[in-house]
Amino acid sequence: MLLIKCPYCEEERPELEFRNAGEAHLVRSPAISEQSDEDFAAFLYFRQNPKGLQFERWRHIHGCGRFFNAVRDSVSDKFLTVYKAGEPRPDVETLLNPETVSDAEPAKKRAPRAKKGEL
Amino acid sequence: MSIQSHSGSNRIAGVGRLVPAKTVRFTFDGQSLTGLEGDTLASALLANGIHLVGRSFKYHRPRGILSAGSEEPNALVDVERDKSRKQPNVRATVQEIYDGLQVKSQNRWPSLTFDIGAINDVFSPMLPAGFYYKTFMWPKFAWKTIYEPKIRAAAGLGVVPGEADTDRYSNRFAHCDVLVVGGGAAGLAAALSAAQTGAKVIICDEQAEAGGALRYETDVTIDGKPGYDWATETLASLRALENVTVLTRTTAFGYYAQNFVGLVERISDHLSNPGSDMPRERLWQVRARKVILATGAIERHMVFANNDRPGILLASAARAYLNQYGVAVGRKVGVYTANDSAYAAAIDLKRAGVDVPVIVDTRDNPSSPVIEEARSLGIDVVTGHAVFSAGGKRRVSSISIRPNKGGNERKVVVDALIMSAGWTPSVHLFSQSRGKVAWDAANERFLPGTYAQDCVSVGACNGSDGLQQALDEAVAAGGKLAGETGFKGKTAALKATGGTDWVLGMIGSAPGAGADTTVKAFVDFQNDVTAKDVRLAVREGMHSIEHVKRFTTNGMATDQGKTSNLHGLAIAAEALNRPIPAVGLTTFRAPFTPVTFGAIVNHARHDLFDPTRRTPMHAWHAAQGAAFEDVGQWKRAWYYPQAGEDMHAAVNRECVAVRNQAGIFDASTLGKIEVVGPDAAKFLELLYTNPWEKLGVGRLRYGIMLREDGFIYDDGVVGRLAEDRFHVTTTTGGAPRVMNHMEDYLQTEFPHLNVWLTSTTEQWAVIAVQGPKAREIIAPLVEGIDLSNEAMPHMSVREGRICGVPTRLFRMSFTGEAGYEINVPADYGRAVWEAVYERGKPLGLTPYGTEAMHVLRAEKGYIIVGQDTDGTVTPQDAGLTWAIGKNKTDYVGIRGLLRRDLVADGRKQLVGLKTKDAHVVLEEGAQIVANPNQPVPMTMIGHVTSSYWSQNCGRSIAMALVIDGTKRLGETLYVPMPDGVIEVEVTGTVFFDKKGERLNG
Repeated sequence: MLLIKCPYCEEERPELEFRNAGEAHLVRSPAISEQSDEDFAAFLYFRQNPKGLQFERWRHIHGCGRFFNAVRDSVSDKFLTVYKAGEPRPDVETLLNPETVSDAEPAKKRAPRAKKGEL
Repeated sequence: MSIQSHSGSNRIAGVGRLVPAKTVRFTFDGQSLTGLEGDTLASALLANGIHLVGRSFKYHRPRGILSAGSEEPNALVDVERDKSRKQPNVRATVQEIYDGLQVKSQNRWPSLTFDIGAINDVFSPMLPAGFYYKTFMWPKFAWKTIYEPKIRAAAGLGVVPGEADTDRYSNRFAHCDVLVVGGGAAGLAAALSAAQTGAKVIICDEQAEAGGALRYETDVTIDGKPGYDWATETLASLRALENVTVLTRTTAFGYYAQNFVGLVERISDHLSNPGSDMPRERLWQVRARKVILATGAIERHMVFANNDRPGILLASAARAYLNQYGVAVGRKVGVYTANDSAYAAAIDLKRAGVDVPVIVDTRDNPSSPVIEEARSLGIDVVTGHAVFSAGGKRRVSSISIRPNKGGNERKVVVDALIMSAGWTPSVHLFSQSRGKVAWDAANERFLPGTYAQDCVSVGACNGSDGLQQALDEAVAAGGKLAGETGFKGKTAALKATGGTDWVLGMIGSAPGAGADTTVKAFVDFQNDVTAKDVRLAVREGMHSIEHVKRFTTNGMATDQGKTSNLHGLAIAAEALNRPIPAVGLTTFRAPFTPVTFGAIVNHARHDLFDPTRRTPMHAWHAAQGAAFEDVGQWKRAWYYPQAGEDMHAAVNRECVAVRNQAGIFDASTLGKIEVVGPDAAKFLELLYTNPWEKLGVGRLRYGIMLREDGFIYDDGVVGRLAEDRFHVTTTTGGAPRVMNHMEDYLQTEFPHLNVWLTSTTEQWAVIAVQGPKAREIIAPLVEGIDLSNEAMPHMSVREGRICGVPTRLFRMSFTGEAGYEINVPADYGRAVWEAVYERGKPLGLTPYGTEAMHVLRAEKGYIIVGQDTDGTVTPQDAGLTWAIGKNKTDYVGIRGLLRRDLVADGRKQLVGLKTKDAHVVLEEGAQIVANPNQPVPMTMIGHVTSSYWSQNCGRSIAMALVIDGTKRLGETLYVPMPDGVIEVEVTGTVFFDKKGERLNG
């Protein structure tokens, strides 16, 4: 069972309190009814499902009820960071080289698997 | 030699730690035996001279006791307290005996000594690995009818208990700074050192007491005390500390993400009369900040012909039986080894007065003090030799010795053989933690390599072979890890003497069981896999260890290959002529040892399996004798049978009563969401297909909610109570997901809208009063609301009071009759229900259940989302185009509805069906065809979604989804059923009061 930090509650809680809500940063067009078939298909169906770092949504459904975003390694299940809905996508380089950032998660020996292009 | 049956004949006086006066009586296959308090079943059987304990899985070969721990592959027995408390496949080496313990051997018929199934051993040349995959291919039908039932009857170990388990199991969550797995020397040292800092420590060990190998390594001292005494005292001092939890008889079976470790504590399996309030096992779910793995190493057997004969054991097991239990595994014990550690066992046995005729060492020129010591005790040490075969069947009777390179054979008479091929570090939990093991080429073993979690391995499981090295490592790890959690303190070093290094040895088949032989040299005892089988797998083209494993089933038994994996891997690597790391090690999975379903299921049984939701009026329904149906977690009144009525009669009566007088129905389970805020109408515009901005205050509207793909997700009636306040209802089953769907859009897509969502499902009790007399019934009870048609027409809502309590009174209908849904605060539900019922009873008011509700709505063609829709139905398909706001530019699903396939011809559309024979009621789910004379498989053009007998219509009615259904009105279609084809006519979906005049009555 994962421990997940809710960026609203600002603490780690067990996975039982959360529900995964799929890929993050999918943008619903404000003019969705005029979207082309290709663009709508990309929004509705196509997902990255990378082996490595993925941006995903979670809801603290049995806690504060808020949706938020997370960066998680799909191989190790490790969370690199969590951030509130609406905040910009964090910079992957900064996440992967945390020694340059003072308040990041502790560094791990294993090299990350995701290539930049996959994100 | 004959098998002894008098109790304890192999117990040696003055040896071991059990108290001779404390006897325990138990039975094995009906035979009464005596053991001592503290015995495992295995030690007690051995004390009685019993080695033959079971029959093997595939060949039904006689099997004995191999080990003295949880790695045991052979000695699996059935333990039965009573009919409902019965456990098959219990390892005799783990089960402690108690007065009255009843044990049966398994996998034999008619008896353990004479087993018909042993014929498989004679025919074994015809039963190679992969036999099943190749043999039972033809004829095709025979698999299901002949082969599978026969194989299933013959296969499997143990017999599943026939009755529900009456034992209780408990569950506990725990958090700690440092979890130490393993209570051997390293584990105790690590726990002690971590505990000295003040950190919160949990230490667990699968044995009844701590000590690990210290229980039999009698030549060891730690801190100047004999090793076992040090272990016992250390455990006691740990128990006394407030910051330490000591769990014995507790197996860490699973290591999950972020240091989440599952433990099972066996609480009463060793007790003669466990208290009725005592759980059998307790599941611990531990979240540790740091984990120290001190899981030790497991001794490997030697792979040679007939190495599975009862009486052949691991050397460390023989040592444990002697030094802990005072039991000699035989009177004439041969030794076969490829490393030093077996010598210590031989020396202990010899010193205890047991005849040790020979030590056979495969090494050519081994040198070590223990070898000299063995020789000085007069034991014949034969180096550069191998045991080529074991004689005897139900018990080993002799061993044949030859030089490794071949040469003259000599036979030595023995009644037991102890063996050691070396030690395999137990990296199971480390591997489960997703750590990557690394190959230690010098010592031919896998060790923890790259860590994936916050844990450290210490001692033998980390390849630290010497005792002092293991203790130093453990003390340092305990202090360091506790320090990392914020507890700094002094840790005391420990000084050890003695002990044998657990290093080197051999892996793979021993001389005489090589590729040029066809002998039965077992690698995996539990699944009957021989060295020959592994080589066959390679010849058959299995080149990855994962494939070899699946082809041979090596390591796939319940012991997870604790003794066999490395041997199998080495034999495969040799056959492939590739280095071992290139062939790879299979990944270890949880559980480390089998875990009972009881521990996992725990309290989640019977009433506690899933919460039951009951409406405030539930007890009233029950008192009326209602039958209930489950709708999600809800119990809903299904129908109210009166004396002599079956369901059909009750439903007919209820349906007629609603149309002729009035009915009362508990609709409390409907999902309810309060949508409030200045942008509430705007929000609903985006979440529902319908327009909401212009809905007047006090008015209701039927809304349809889509998913982004355009398919119907939910429906319900929405009331506007104020400009900025809506009372939304959802389907009973859909309430939680609709709430989640709304929150998702509000929080992430439309966060600019100022709206609050609150689930109010359980705040309101809902009493539906439906029928021509509905208004007459409720009128005298209502205060402050004008109920006239003019003031409160169909589809309107008013706030006021009923029976003196506040109400939101909805005038709406799911029956097609004029009617009301009275919402009152849940606590008043029952009182208001009873008041309304008492008032209406003289006027014919009849309680009706969900079945009548379904029939009545179907008579009117009202859909139920999830019954008449299935996640592929659009509003157009369901005939609800009118509910889509034509001028809206956005709502969830607007783009989905424009998809080509959703607007194309040939979609399934909702229609009504009337059977040509009015008395035939179709089956829901039945397929519909246009031409019943087609050969099978026919072209299916739709299916029945709802079907009932309608007493009000005097005939059966049905709804169906049919391709291009709305163009087929009046057509005859066919429903082929096993007992004939049913003719149906396609109709509209409204069967009763087509003009809808009754709604306004």
